[in-house]
Amino acid sequence: MKFTKTLAAIAIVSTLALTGCSSDEEKDASLTDGSLNGGMNDASVNGLGDGSGMNGGRFGANGSKYGARGANGLPPEFSDPNNPLSKRTIYFMLDSSQVQQDFVSVIAAHARYLLANPSQHVVLEGNGDERGSREYNIALGEQRSKTVAGMLKAQGVSESQLGIVSYGEEKPVAMGHDESSWELNRRVEIAY
Amino acid sequence: MNLFKKLILASAIGMCFASTVNAEMSIEITEGIESAMPIAIVPFASQGAPLDISSVVDSDLTRSGYFKTLPPQNMPAKPSSADAINFPDWQAVRQNYVVIGRVQPNGGSYNVEFQLFDVANGSQLLGYRMSSSANDLRKTAHHISDMIYEKLLGKKGVFSGRIAYITTTRQGTQSNHKLMVADADGANAQAIATSIEPLMSPAWSPDAKRIAYVSFEHKTASVITQTLATGQRERVAEFPGINGAPAWSPDGSKLAVTLSKDGNPDIYILDLGSRNVTKLTKNRAIDTEPTWSPDGSKIVFTSDRGGKPQLYSIPVQGGEEKRITFSGSYNARASFSPDGKFITMVHGNGGDYRIGVMDVNSKSISVLTPGPLDESPSFAPNSDMVLYASRKGNTGYLSAVSINGRMQQRLVFDSSEVREPAWSPK
Repeated sequence: MKFTKTLAAIAIVSTLALTGCSSDEEKDASLTDGSLNGGMNDASVNGLGDGSGMNGGRFGANGSKYGARGANGLPPEFSDPNNPLSKRTIYFMLDSSQVQQDFVSVIAAHARYLLANPSQHVVLEGNGDERGSREYNIALGEQRSKTVAGMLKAQGVSESQLGIVSYGEEKPVAMGHDESSWELNRRVEIAY
Repeated sequence: MNLFKKLILASAIGMCFASTVNAEMSIEITEGIESAMPIAIVPFASQGAPLDISSVVDSDLTRSGYFKTLPPQNMPAKPSSADAINFPDWQAVRQNYVVIGRVQPNGGSYNVEFQLFDVANGSQLLGYRMSSSANDLRKTAHHISDMIYEKLLGKKGVFSGRIAYITTTRQGTQSNHKLMVADADGANAQAIATSIEPLMSPAWSPDAKRIAYVSFEHKTASVITQTLATGQRERVAEFPGINGAPAWSPDGSKLAVTLSKDGNPDIYILDLGSRNVTKLTKNRAIDTEPTWSPDGSKIVFTSDRGGKPQLYSIPVQGGEEKRITFSGSYNARASFSPDGKFITMVHGNGGDYRIGVMDVNSKSISVLTPGPLDESPSFAPNSDMVLYASRKGNTGYLSAVSINGRMQQRLVFDSSEVREPAWSPK
């Protein structure tokens, strides 16, 4: 069912988020422990004041007691540079969501791992370079994620093991404004 | 549902308060017109007002590029009443217009008066008295600028408006994203939302009281509406996949949004009252970035159904989809002018992205900006200027250009990435 899938995806995403950023983890550790009483309304955004020290609320999934697994908790083959599982980023050509030949074996290795570990979830995070319009790049990033998801599923990976999110051009890893940065930013990250 | 709720809560609580951010911003006029009107804004006679209103008016009019103001040290006199003005003196320093004014305390607030005179014949063109609280003096100054601008140029001023934009600061792998709202001159910049995950696509409601935007604060995309006065937020779309590109209907009751919940990105109409979504486009390609025509009858959007992104139009109730852009390999992110006569867009050719404006009737596109990485254009409420984001070297800028291409100003930020500006509709 779609709804269950969403839950699964959110669960994975939260877990990852919570393990992802250690500095925020400290800062918000106290919050995660007992104060789950904020309600659905994220009520910490203030209004526009009359110049009177108006504060914006800060959002973001961080801090964790849901330690679960991060990249560090993965088996050793994930950090062995000779093992294709050590590669968890798939790069793309400009304006394309086609997987290049070089990455087919990387995706196949992850498919084998996920098949052998059916309780393992991954989120496929699609990204693009900064050129062109931002929402279009969100759509392009999602196409890239879906292409990778399709290849994993074609090799037998269950849809319930896969989450998809597109960040478009909002999460660059290379900050330059030339092709050498852009090619690093057109990517799907397989986030365990 | 319970689990779902808990997860939402778990992510929502990772919040803390950010301090007020006043990103230092200044404005450069990078291109003006040669025939700027000479006008003298005489410093207003003021009894203890906390703001120099005349200097705000002076910088508003200068910034527009249509006026050349006279520095106070070059003024022949500093009159504050009509009978004290000796018009031949102002003719001698080649001024066309002179503005005088007075600010007087009145209980807890101020009475602000100003008059605009035609130097050639000494006639009064404008004269107003207004009451203003101390906090609103800057707003009152912008209002005066709007009135002078409209009187002398015959079109509405945009000095009273506000702009929303996104900034990002990065430290190592951590980043901090802020949705900012500032006066049109960059003053009073305030963060209305802050997140360690991306914020995107701010869009003003037609009454300028709310902003819709996209937030990844839950590590998935959702569309949020936030009321400026109270900070109250509503998560109006959080479907699996893309929840993006919100655009308000002219009556403020609906949002056009991009959702990919049914497989690929399509345009949907979201009724804000009932929260029902209706699918509008059904193409297998990418359809995104909707914008509503000001008469509410159609939606223009970006689609790559023809191979590359181009603009298409569809009636709001559904129907025939027509491609409307044919020049340039890339046309995306359309936005209508409030008068409905123009559409501005990102116009790309061979990896070079500039701001274009299309005449809705003739369909001809003029390119307004130098590129190469210009994006996110939106019209000023007077339909005369387009605000957009650009980049020079490693610095991001917000810039404004008149649709005739003759006026160009740049809002300069001291640091951080700045992007996706949106001019408030009023």
